[in-house]
Amino acid sequence: MDHLPTLVTEARSAIQAAESISALEELRVRYLGKKGEITALLKGLGKLPAAERPAAGERINEAKQALAEELDVRRQTLEKAALEARLAAERVDVTLPGRGQPSGGLHPVTLTLERIEGLFTRIGYDVAVGPEIEDDYHNFEALNIPAHHPARGMADTFYFDATRLLRTHTSPVQVRTMKEQAPPIRIVCPGRVYRSDSDLTHTPMFHQVEGLLVDEDVSFADLKGTIEDFLHAFFERDDLSVRFRPSYFPFTEPSAEVDIQCVMCSGEGCRVCGHSGWLEVMGCGMVHPEVFRHSGIDAERYTGFAFGMGVERLAMLRYGVNDLRLFFDNDLRFLRQFA
Amino acid sequence: MKFSDQWLREWVSPQQDVQGLADQITMAGLEVDAIEPVAAAFEGVVVAEVVSKEPHPNADKLALCQVEDGSGERTQVVCGAPNVAAGQKVPFARVGAVLPGDFKIRKAKLRGVESRGMICSASELGLAEETSHGILELPLDAPVGEDFRAWLGLDDHSVEVDLTPNRGDCLSVKGLAREVGVLNRLPVEGPRIEPVPPAHDATFPVRVEDAERCPRYIGRLITGVDVSVETPLWMVERLRRSGVRSIDPVVDITNYVMLELGQPLHAFDRANLHGAVIVRLAREGEQLVLLDGQTIALRDDTLVIADERGPLAMAGVMGGEHSGVSAATRDIFLESAFFTPLAVAGQARTYGLHTDASHRFERGVDPQLTREAVERATALLLAITGGEPGPLVEVDSEEHLPGARQVRLRAARLEQALGKALPTEEVAEILERLGMAVTADADGWQADVPSWRFDIAIEEDLIEEVARIHGYNRLPVRRPAARLALRPDHEARVPLARLRRQMVSRGYQEAVTYSFVAPELQAALLPDAVSPRLANPISSDLSVMRASLFPGLVRALEYNLNRQQSRVRLFEAGLVFRGELDELQQVPMLGALVCGSREPEGWAGAREAVDFFDLKGDLESLIALGGEPEAWRFEPAEHPALHPGQSARVLHRGEPVGWIGALHPGVRAALGLRTDALLFEVRQDALTHGCLPRFTPLSRHPEVRRDLAFLLEEAQPVQALLDCVRNQAGQWLEALRLFDVYQGKGVPEGHKSVALGLTWQHPSRTLNDEEINQLVDAIVAESRQHLGAELRG
Repeated sequence: MDHLPTLVTEARSAIQAAESISALEELRVRYLGKKGEITALLKGLGKLPAAERPAAGERINEAKQALAEELDVRRQTLEKAALEARLAAERVDVTLPGRGQPSGGLHPVTLTLERIEGLFTRIGYDVAVGPEIEDDYHNFEALNIPAHHPARGMADTFYFDATRLLRTHTSPVQVRTMKEQAPPIRIVCPGRVYRSDSDLTHTPMFHQVEGLLVDEDVSFADLKGTIEDFLHAFFERDDLSVRFRPSYFPFTEPSAEVDIQCVMCSGEGCRVCGHSGWLEVMGCGMVHPEVFRHSGIDAERYTGFAFGMGVERLAMLRYGVNDLRLFFDNDLRFLRQFA
Repeated sequence: MKFSDQWLREWVSPQQDVQGLADQITMAGLEVDAIEPVAAAFEGVVVAEVVSKEPHPNADKLALCQVEDGSGERTQVVCGAPNVAAGQKVPFARVGAVLPGDFKIRKAKLRGVESRGMICSASELGLAEETSHGILELPLDAPVGEDFRAWLGLDDHSVEVDLTPNRGDCLSVKGLAREVGVLNRLPVEGPRIEPVPPAHDATFPVRVEDAERCPRYIGRLITGVDVSVETPLWMVERLRRSGVRSIDPVVDITNYVMLELGQPLHAFDRANLHGAVIVRLAREGEQLVLLDGQTIALRDDTLVIADERGPLAMAGVMGGEHSGVSAATRDIFLESAFFTPLAVAGQARTYGLHTDASHRFERGVDPQLTREAVERATALLLAITGGEPGPLVEVDSEEHLPGARQVRLRAARLEQALGKALPTEEVAEILERLGMAVTADADGWQADVPSWRFDIAIEEDLIEEVARIHGYNRLPVRRPAARLALRPDHEARVPLARLRRQMVSRGYQEAVTYSFVAPELQAALLPDAVSPRLANPISSDLSVMRASLFPGLVRALEYNLNRQQSRVRLFEAGLVFRGELDELQQVPMLGALVCGSREPEGWAGAREAVDFFDLKGDLESLIALGGEPEAWRFEPAEHPALHPGQSARVLHRGEPVGWIGALHPGVRAALGLRTDALLFEVRQDALTHGCLPRFTPLSRHPEVRRDLAFLLEEAQPVQALLDCVRNQAGQWLEALRLFDVYQGKGVPEGHKSVALGLTWQHPSRTLNDEEINQLVDAIVAESRQHLGAELRG
């Protein structure tokens, strides 16, 4: 009993000296466990005279309490240190790049096609597609381009035999749609088209989006509004000047070519626009009555407009690509720029 | 069509300069492609006379000339041109002159003799493409001392107009002038053309056997022409500025009249005509040697000019070699005819020809021009080559000539089409300016179409003309109105755009390759493929339609490998073409190709090469979008392009829809590729087919899991085991996981260990051990019986 203060002092210094949770646990067992030294003192109380017991018991309990607190504090200190050590050990260099498969990217033609389709489908156009190997009837005849028409010389056609060919435009899809569907018709026809031409500014395959709107009381004014809106939206430039130039396509009349103010030089004149300040970007016109006749649509009741654009050309202007042929080389160094 | 601005201005006098004029006609639908000065910049060149020519004392090939250049003093010049001669008028560059290419003329000593200036050739002045063989001789009446540039009108421009096929009426100076007159409200007047009185009555008989194709034919005999004369410089210049080379005076004159008026003409050598000139269809088996020297076999739908011995020329396309004018020609037979557009349309192209004449006749030549043109050409011939004209022989078939056309334009239709009502007077005035006689009534206008406008036949043609002349950019702008109707939308369908994005998120770049490929490449990959072959490919390596996306992807791989790209992940969506034309299928496919490391080079990247299961995982990620992976199967199968041990046919709902595998090492070697690659291609319709999500209630009862490891023969596909297990596992099997496939220590040779984790769960009660044990027993028994699979201890 008399050695209690010594025991407490000894236990205190042992606790302070403990360097691990397990050492601390050992000390707890040694002093406060069932067979611990402090516990033994409590058990020994019975040997004391009854009068001394309460006071002695109180002292022992105080010592026990104090040591328990001491143990707890030391445990927290050790735990904190351990955690800090672990955190320090687990530090990573957060500037290292992340792990895993990096994303690829869509082809710029797809980006442009989707953008064009999106602008039109959001206002109620449908997307229509068709075969790429076409027949003479759908590619020419039904579009008011009979055999030997001089306009056949306008596009150099790839043929398989006398009547089958690679479509030179996506207009056959318009014909097919008009034959199947009654007005009102609002479609855009995206896809690959083919012309037998290959040089700096022509590839034998390219992409077009054509549009068609057929309804009652559709006028040239509607066509102009649609095209202007489209070009403003596509280039995200509401102040972009657009002009309509009379032209000729056998399947539309009146027909027009559409020029925009050069987006490279803002109309100042540069290499891209041939120093004219204008860029030709689309062809369009009112659907020719002969095309309606071939498609079984009453040209007195219905009128409509059609337009067509080269996707690569628009992609070149939008993204600043300076060489058409890059689109089909599939050079990864080119493709990755559109991710 | 290329024309000289100066020439046009002889017919009509617009205020604006050449650029202004070009802008104006461009905005009226005659698109100007280029404006070019007709001569390069030079100065200090005058018209001079060679007064004398002496041999050079020190050089055989040089001459010493005294030149009078209007300055009053004679100038000594050393000249090396073989054709220089005393008495000639020549272009002379004085000392101080600057020739094209910034070539300054200085005083010089040539072989010890002083030379002050230079007598110029056409090419030295930039007036001829190829190097000239001598100095340019000027007409004897050229005024000495006058500035050469001004005298020849070289401050002119050639304007190239890209005419649309409907505007054949503008394929002449006359036609263009007419259009410029319309646009500027100006009078148009060309040279006065008078009938040439015959000097004798010699004619040559003309017989038109096909009046439908040739409703008008005019011929004239001109005797005693001298074809050895030079074409006058003014005409050579006008031809040059119109992009036409001078050949000989007769050809030059016919070309000149064609450029001026739009009527193609042809001159025959009278000496080579026999019996009569006959306009008829060619007969099967007839041949013709054309002016360009090639022999063609004529078809019986081709109109020819023949004589009694056979074809002489392809009507409206090209003359024949044997009947043409040559240096020996004395008498010529001049032809001016109206061939209908349909008679000539397509003819030239089917023989691989395209001529100025066919270009015009196909589009329509004004039938009222025939006589005017022959008179104009006769007058020019007489003035240049001399000769004596006979009377015109004209064979007309009124019933076949294009009749007068009347087209009606309704005011209401015009307003509807343009979205704006134009004043009645303006409409009538526009049509009248275009040369139409117009009658207005209460509902609109009736217009008589002029003979030169072959493109005007229906109301829309008039609407276009009114809109064009009024100005497209002055017409209103509005937005179409439409009813807001919802359209069907198939939620289960996986859009292609979604599939594309999935590929992108798996690290692929999208490729777009040509739909036609090299036949050798396609044959190397797909020896049995049948696909259409182009009749007129642009080159042999783009001549056969792709039957698969593989050739294009492999080609793109090769392209990138050649550019130090060792890790390639590409995909493409597009049609493939299968079968002969008559049973052709155009199938939308989605394909991909990978090679190189699993992840890009990096500090933590997976550097091992991609393998079959990487690619399969990518394809499975596409399949997963459809929501019914159980509809898909991969079965071992052989494909000529793929490694036989690493290739699978892809099945969707039991139908073969594609292939996946490693590129066959033999094929790879044959193609000279430096690296292994893996590919797949699958029909888009299978990938876009999906199902709607279908909810099943969540169970509150515990799952039971059992892991089973089977020993399976190596050759036995795991799929068979999975199918067998699933069949026996009962309806409460919740998940079947394949968590290990192992070969090696502890597994007998020729076998593999396949470890499966099975999880059961019942919706409404707890499953007991006994029923699970029964299922496991059934699985083990069935696997043993069907697959010889043994449970591992």
